[in-house]
Amino acid sequence: MKLLVCVKQVPAKDAPLAIAEGGNWIRETDIGFEMNEPDGFALEEALRLKEKHGGEVIALSMGPERAKQAIKEALAKGADRGIHVADDKFFALDPLLTARSLAAAIEREKPDLVLTGLQSDDQGSGQTGVLLAEILGLPHATLIMQIEVQAGGLRVKRELEAGWFQWIELPLPAVLTVQSGINKVRYATLKGIMAAKKKEIVTIARESLGVAPTATQRVERIYVPQKTKKTEFISGTAAEIATKLVEKLRHEARVI
Amino acid sequence: MKILVATEQFAGAWNKTSWETLAAGQQIAAETNGHLAALVIGKGVAPLADELASAKLDEVFLVEHDLLATYTPDGFKIALAQAIAEAKPDLVLFPHTYQVRDFAPQLAASLGKGMIGDCVGYRVENGRLIFVRQMFQGRTAADVSFEGAGPWFASLQAGAFRGDNVARGAAKAPVKRIAVKLEAAQIRTKPAERFQETKQAVDLTQAPVLVAVGRGIKAPENIPLAAQLAKALGGELCASRPICDEGWLPMDRQVGSSGQTVAPKLYLALGISGAIQHVVGMKGARTIVAINKDEHAPIFEVADYGIVGDIFEMIPAVTKELENTKA
Repeated sequence: MKLLVCVKQVPAKDAPLAIAEGGNWIRETDIGFEMNEPDGFALEEALRLKEKHGGEVIALSMGPERAKQAIKEALAKGADRGIHVADDKFFALDPLLTARSLAAAIEREKPDLVLTGLQSDDQGSGQTGVLLAEILGLPHATLIMQIEVQAGGLRVKRELEAGWFQWIELPLPAVLTVQSGINKVRYATLKGIMAAKKKEIVTIARESLGVAPTATQRVERIYVPQKTKKTEFISGTAAEIATKLVEKLRHEARVI
Repeated sequence: MKILVATEQFAGAWNKTSWETLAAGQQIAAETNGHLAALVIGKGVAPLADELASAKLDEVFLVEHDLLATYTPDGFKIALAQAIAEAKPDLVLFPHTYQVRDFAPQLAASLGKGMIGDCVGYRVENGRLIFVRQMFQGRTAADVSFEGAGPWFASLQAGAFRGDNVARGAAKAPVKRIAVKLEAAQIRTKPAERFQETKQAVDLTQAPVLVAVGRGIKAPENIPLAAQLAKALGGELCASRPICDEGWLPMDRQVGSSGQTVAPKLYLALGISGAIQHVVGMKGARTIVAINKDEHAPIFEVADYGIVGDIFEMIPAVTKELENTKA
């Protein structure tokens, strides 16, 4: 089975965020980046499918040079090769342009199954997988918690709201977006990291993919959100804070 | 502006976020002097269309077909594309549900259009519509506008608008049936019946006090610390998704979009950053206390009382204080 996983590189969870000049993205200097956590679950699922059913795993990422690090991490964990769609201004793309660019790169590979995380921890539109399915003309299912290969395609467990689930059958090729928590992701081993150095990463300039740059939406600015509630911060030593907090909960908020 | 609100139902019962989206549609229509229509899609859902017609709007569309009895992305995309061709809206609004996430971006793309998803607000500036959505897990907000001609697509986060704000109409709006062409062969996915994994052992929605733990709790060995605090408060223990994914607490103790939605008297968030997926499940709590080491954590946006500090110092201190001062 030819498996292709989309992995995005996003600011590290604890990275301090500052708004960049121009106001529609963050300042990227001096912060760490990591593989988007939901995509890590998709990658793990691809690796497990390969281990069970054979084939190859291709890791695809779009972004500036730094995005290669996310591909290298995927290779170190067991992906066979990588594709880097190079674009320094990828963050300015809207979800549809992002998906069209990725789809153009995916079309050259004709994978049996495309996997993505459910959303990215930076822009968080949660649209890429669904849009890839539309552009590639493939069936899809989202928020997947289990994948079984069966005759004629897949049987997948989809998460619904409030603790409900549903099994869905669909033919291959297909696109799945994977729900976080579907599996326990592996760590890269030293052997894996060494082996990854010999694996191929092909770089494609995004402009060469022939996607017309017609955007459907534009991020005008990003900013620290205005508080909807007035938060009263309590300070002091741990014991002082505890005394003040319990006092306030008893006599001010009157909730205990 | 011509606005179409696409509602969601399951087996003839509303997804209540439909009414929140309708309330938003009424507001935008009022501000833009626009035309408002609402749509219900499924099978055997005429009573819901009739219910919608009592709200203050211009028109209700009813889209029914045997193949729409059960939701599939292909079926809903194909049927709604035809309904949109007939209704000719400038703006299509959806509630941001799991189902909408599954098909709405695809519907928009099939028409060559974009969708701004999971919006928490909007502004009309010189006749131009700007949607506000969260980025970086709620750490920043973003103003996003549409480029090019409509129809434009947007979905609204649960709780961003109030469903009980829907205005009733002076008279019933007309209900118009839209006939759609749909063939079984066009539907590529086969869904089975819905099911629940385990019977919910604990009903968090009934607990007056909830003590919630997030990634900041670091290890399963630390859970009893929070459990002790919950006990001292006479409350239940719950968690954000990553904790349940790790198996440190059972899934039925998860609060958030994929878990339970709660509104207790008191909600204590311990080491929870405040990602949108968690906040939508608890922001209705009367009093929210957040303890987090990161002063910029978005959880403080919704907290009444905030403590910037180490939860491993604060949890025992608060537990001790409660036990010492017990009446």
